[in-house]
Amino acid sequence: MTASSNSTAASIAADVRAGRRKAVDVVEEYLANIARRESDIHAFNLVTADQARAMAAAVDADVAAGRDPGPLAGVPIALKDNMCTRGVPTTCSSRILEGWKPPYDATVVTRLAAAGAVFVGKTNLDEFAMGSSTENSAFGVTYNPHDTTRVAGGSSGGSAAAVAAEFAAASLGSDTGGSIRQPAALCGVVGVKPTYGTVSRYGLVAFASSLDQIGPFTTDVRDSALLLEVMSGHDPLDSTSIPQPPLSLQSSLEQDVKGLRIGRITDLPGGSDPEVEARLVEAFDALAAAGATIVDVELPSMKYGLTAYYLIAPAEASSNLARYDGVRYGMRVDASDTNAMYGATRAAGFGDEVKRRIMLGTYALSAGYYDAYYGKALKVRRLISDDFARAYQKADVLLTPTSPIVAFPVGAKVDDPLSMYLCDVFTIPTNLAGHPAMSVPFGAGADDLPVGVQVLAPTLGEATMFRVAAQLERSAPGGAR
Amino acid sequence: MTSEKFMIDEYELVVGLEVHVELATATKLFSASANRFGDDPNTHIDPVTLGLPGALPVLNRQAVELAMRIGLALNCTVQPCTFHRKNYFYPDMPKAYQISQYDQPLNIDGWLELPGGKRIGVERAHLEEDTGKSTHIGGTGGRIHGSDYSLIDFNRAGVPLVEIVGRPDISSPDEARQYVTELRQILVAVGASDAKMEEGSMRCDANVSVRKPGAPLGTRCEIKNVNSVRSLGRAIEYEARRQIALIESGERVRQETRHWDENDGRTHTLRTKEDADDYRYFLEPDLVPLAPESAWIERVRAALPMLPRERRARLSAATGAPADGEAIMVVVERGQDDYVLAVATHGADVARALVHVKEAYAEQGASPVVPAADLAGMIVLETSGKLTSTQAKQVLADIVANGGGDAAKIAADKGFEAMDTSALESMVDEVIATQADAWAKYCAGEEKAMGALVGAIMKASKGKADGKAVTALLQSKRNS
Repeated sequence: MTASSNSTAASIAADVRAGRRKAVDVVEEYLANIARRESDIHAFNLVTADQARAMAAAVDADVAAGRDPGPLAGVPIALKDNMCTRGVPTTCSSRILEGWKPPYDATVVTRLAAAGAVFVGKTNLDEFAMGSSTENSAFGVTYNPHDTTRVAGGSSGGSAAAVAAEFAAASLGSDTGGSIRQPAALCGVVGVKPTYGTVSRYGLVAFASSLDQIGPFTTDVRDSALLLEVMSGHDPLDSTSIPQPPLSLQSSLEQDVKGLRIGRITDLPGGSDPEVEARLVEAFDALAAAGATIVDVELPSMKYGLTAYYLIAPAEASSNLARYDGVRYGMRVDASDTNAMYGATRAAGFGDEVKRRIMLGTYALSAGYYDAYYGKALKVRRLISDDFARAYQKADVLLTPTSPIVAFPVGAKVDDPLSMYLCDVFTIPTNLAGHPAMSVPFGAGADDLPVGVQVLAPTLGEATMFRVAAQLERSAPGGAR
Repeated sequence: MTSEKFMIDEYELVVGLEVHVELATATKLFSASANRFGDDPNTHIDPVTLGLPGALPVLNRQAVELAMRIGLALNCTVQPCTFHRKNYFYPDMPKAYQISQYDQPLNIDGWLELPGGKRIGVERAHLEEDTGKSTHIGGTGGRIHGSDYSLIDFNRAGVPLVEIVGRPDISSPDEARQYVTELRQILVAVGASDAKMEEGSMRCDANVSVRKPGAPLGTRCEIKNVNSVRSLGRAIEYEARRQIALIESGERVRQETRHWDENDGRTHTLRTKEDADDYRYFLEPDLVPLAPESAWIERVRAALPMLPRERRARLSAATGAPADGEAIMVVVERGQDDYVLAVATHGADVARALVHVKEAYAEQGASPVVPAADLAGMIVLETSGKLTSTQAKQVLADIVANGGGDAAKIAADKGFEAMDTSALESMVDEVIATQADAWAKYCAGEEKAMGALVGAIMKASKGKADGKAVTALLQSKRNS
């Protein structure tokens, strides 16, 4: 391990701002890590070393000139390759967008850059964020830094692996049904999906617009709080952005959990690894030992979440991805007429999973089927929200495993989409409700692979969620590498 | 305007119009690009307009306000509403869906009153975005099918539209023309749009069906590509006759969308119901529901200007001319009614002002350059008998051509010597004396004899006497 080991974003920024470390030195350490291990991990679609060095130099110049570069001064950050970066290819790990360079930056990119962050590259993902293993990428699999025969999870597998492998001090992912939290759990890092509307989606290439939300991957809970404070806050360019100031989270990290009510879902769907279930029990015990109260709650509609999700998300995706038609940008396969060109382009440009979901979503919205599928899924979505509302009358936060299983071998589930979809059974309901949730590393499971515990909170309950997450971090057993 | 039912053979027409109108906003419906017609292609574009990955729509508040003005002017209820996606592929539609309103439109349940008083229902008037504009090169007829290549201008993409869906209450081509003409005036009056059919800022589709009186509604066809008020009437009449001919020959009318061809004066099948798109409408997740607060609605309602119907009624009350008569219809459509009333404030007869403005101000537009006082001066000379009606027209032509002028001076320059009343009276007395025969006959009630007397007076005055004044003098002398 290099000198950057155990460096957090907060410590890097503090050192750079104080002039104790140079941003250009920090970025070289991370670029060295990338040079050493990226060929085994494949976290990135693109490493932007030149840009990173230039940004780091600019940060150092600010410090030298007495200007504060901001709360992320010199922090190397990796961006999921579905966030628009001006002049830098943004592919969504899809052939259909190969070579496309956005003419604008996503709002999160602008905000991180303004806070002094240094972008090291664009990370791999399941094509258009559809998947739970980053095996659906058109540009190859991302491997788990803890065991390179296993997946990193997905869809933000590249961003999770980049932080776990110390290719970046932090990274951004997007979470539509668990795409931040599940890979965070599988890679042993912290991953947060904030309340829907907390972080601007402007410049995030849409998968399912009513579910998508950007969030951070970090090595510890404080760094996630730090990044969210920088990224959150109203954005007039996103109509679904909540009109409120940025979140204030770091102050809550020091608060203990005495008196907090931690909800245990009694009708939680089963089928998790026994080690995963054991870690969850230990997590409850740890919180109880720290002064929290454990309460039982029921979420009877939760078991329908997966089904509702696989109607709503594909329905929105079928519309969101219709624009990739070969007319204006990205891939075009020429053909005899316009309709044939659309068909040929989309046939060549999209992978199987994307096509599967476009077909599913198109069907669910079609005349004569809407009520039975999409319409019914919307009702389930409301029921799940109602269930959560009842649960949060009794509990301040809920605790579940993040993923029912630890990182699985590459290829184990690629031919069984339903088994792959089950990876997100615990994460999907919060997306349907628009609530925040985060995964915190909590010990190890089979083969000494990381296990994550998920903390769920009601809308804008981030401060309490982080308070509990910080306690879990302090109480976590050793064992995960 | 006839109260008699319009029929073709034994069939009555059932017509409903869908009018799309581009709003006169500064920027587009969901982005900050300029909303401007006629500039170089693809100069008013941005990530949102082009539907680039990651771009998101933000609703333009000015567009909402203009749409509300339209709804309120059409007597609609403004209600909380939502946006939906209408999904279909077309090269000039960048996102492959149009953001429109579906089951919860902004404006519902209004009406438009035709000048004759008939009310045409307005089902809804909703907001949506326009598409880009395709130009198909090669092939025939400017259609995409068979063309060599197509050029797309996205300047129009995302321009705010209001679609005004009328109920099928229209029963003749003339009513359809009246509806569109009246609607156009309302849209211009409230400042919502320039509503120019020839520039495409107002577009009209007609749903046409026919039936025998009392029979259930017939199968309708939707007629597109109607580019003028005149074409609208022609297209509806052609389509009605086509449908009647089908029915009379024992065939059935197929529900379809038809294209009006201005050149051959016919409608042609564009697409049948079977190959209509399934638009897969669903709630637009990138936007939030829109619920205009009542204070906003009332502010917009209170700020509505006088509508054409009110303007016609006002001018009718002032002049005594019928509100749906030609003079008032024409003058209000030109926006010259305020001017007519302004002329009256300078002491001129308002009915004469209406006639002169209608006849002589066709090129003057809504803000005539002729000062109201100048026209008033001319009218005062005319009505006081100092100018004959023939001379008045000549003086007016001069004033209009020069953008104003002193009527008395122009009349003097033209040698139109004003005859004062005493001079005219002595001339009349003279003629009565010399034409004693005619005068006697006239006094005996032979009205024809007046012609000889007037003629003699006009001759004696070398045409300077005003015929009306002469007649009035003769009458008063006979009666005294």
